[in-house]
Amino acid sequence: MTPTAASKPKLVVDRASKYYDTKSGPLHALDNYSMSVEDGEFACVVGPSGCGKTTLLWSVAGLHSLTSGTVTLDGQPVTEPHPQIGMVFQEANLLPWRNLTKNIHLPFEIKGIPPDEAHIEKLLDRVGLVGFGNKFPRELSGGMQQRAAIVRALSFNPSVLLMDEPFGALDAFTRDEMNLLVEEIWLETRKTIIFITHNIAEAVFLSDRVFVMAARPGRLVKTFDIPFPRPRSLDIMTTREVFDLVNEIKAEIEHRPNAPAAPGAGETPQQESVMEQANG
Amino acid sequence: MVDRELGDRIPTFGDAKPTNDQSIGVTNLSAFKGSAEKKSAQEIAAIIAVAAIIVGGGEFLLRFFEVPQFVMPPPSAILTSLVVDFGFIAPHLGHTLVELFSGYAIGASIGLILAAVITQFPFAEKIIAPYILMLVTTPMLALVPLLILNFGFGYTPRIIAVALASGPMVMINAATGFRRVDLAKIALARSFGASTFQIFMKIRVPMAMPMIIVGLMIGAIFGLLTAVGAEMVGGGFGLGNRLTTYSATIQMPQFFAVILILSTLGILIYVAFFLIGKKWAGWES
Repeated sequence: MTPTAASKPKLVVDRASKYYDTKSGPLHALDNYSMSVEDGEFACVVGPSGCGKTTLLWSVAGLHSLTSGTVTLDGQPVTEPHPQIGMVFQEANLLPWRNLTKNIHLPFEIKGIPPDEAHIEKLLDRVGLVGFGNKFPRELSGGMQQRAAIVRALSFNPSVLLMDEPFGALDAFTRDEMNLLVEEIWLETRKTIIFITHNIAEAVFLSDRVFVMAARPGRLVKTFDIPFPRPRSLDIMTTREVFDLVNEIKAEIEHRPNAPAAPGAGETPQQESVMEQANG
Repeated sequence: MVDRELGDRIPTFGDAKPTNDQSIGVTNLSAFKGSAEKKSAQEIAAIIAVAAIIVGGGEFLLRFFEVPQFVMPPPSAILTSLVVDFGFIAPHLGHTLVELFSGYAIGASIGLILAAVITQFPFAEKIIAPYILMLVTTPMLALVPLLILNFGFGYTPRIIAVALASGPMVMINAATGFRRVDLAKIALARSFGASTFQIFMKIRVPMAMPMIIVGLMIGAIFGLLTAVGAEMVGGGFGLGNRLTTYSATIQMPQFFAVILILSTLGILIYVAFFLIGKKWAGWES
């Protein structure tokens, strides 16, 4: 599933920099960040907290302006929220005063168009939320809330899906479940997905390519191609290849690019640490 | 208290038990409902018993010690007066309600609009804050003699006083609500292309709603206090005027009948806003 030479860039971030004005002076959040995501590609951006991942995603979504650099979608510059971009936020971000149906109708209300009920029903069925329309967010578990948020983001059929640490607040088992669901949905719809996470194992499991960021200022340090065949099962998370890849990415984030891979002996502790990564 | 409540509750989210153990959820819920009904019947019995003891006991003690009516009339006399004199008191109740509703409508609307506008401009808010604080902390009753001097003994000074008393209460509470900013929710609406006005209507107003309703309730109760107080200061009608007249003429059963009507009004205001809050801000509890 690595991008082929024939595929065209869907979304291009070109030398993006962002400074925030704070009371203690300008804060350099993003420095000269460039990346190019192919049409239908699943890209993950990984980095430590505070490395500007969310700043990057909000800029791609057109929620933020950049201090310098550009974001282009299908060759058109993105300077404000774009109808072809859907967003899934941290901790679902459902409106607590609206029931599920009304939460999912929100994008349509704002755009002033009638909700695409057939499409919504199909998505609800896909994520297993049929019949929960009149439930309020507080009545749903974290996983169900995030499923609803995914339906909301896909309801108006955008071609790009931006996901900002969507499963960070979920427990390990729910998280695995959600990752499988996201891969399935991606395989069915072939949306271009940019997925932000600080969980390296999650990134490796989901993506075609992993973009590794470093902090202060936020910048791209390395890109990894993830070669594993699709659909992937959670079993690959315990394989040697994934373990080495996760460690390599981890070393990259911790600024020790030459760190040796763990020696071959002692399978058990290694497997444990992989599971730890996979789980959270 | 908290522990007991927790012990009573099945830790589910509402009645939603989405997965396969639906049957357990249903039986548990019905059992819970049954015990709740029994309990509320017991509670009602207790409430009636306590009320009977207080009213009956008061009646007995006041009669037994032959307390004179101008000190404290017995409950029976108050209730008799409430029935007999209600026809005469009713128009005064009407006057008070007119003042309360008109003053409150003016004050609350201005308070709400000001809160919504001011909170959008933090700089303006800082400048205007001391004046709002002054309006909140100054008893508006103190202005009534001046208002009467300027506007006579009719409705006008009272309506102005009610508006001045309720408006700032509504405003400071609503402003607290409008100041609650949830960046993620605003970003959410924005990501769908929402305009500033749409963000205000679909995110800020609903988020402020619990505080707005609290403000409206406090404003209404302050309005009632001020309406009655203003009537006591001057003018020939209204429940407040009845209070001064009845106490001056030592008609204590009538006096307490009016007091009873006023507390009923206050309770009605509270219950009304409690129900409104449950409907429009129930999501927060």
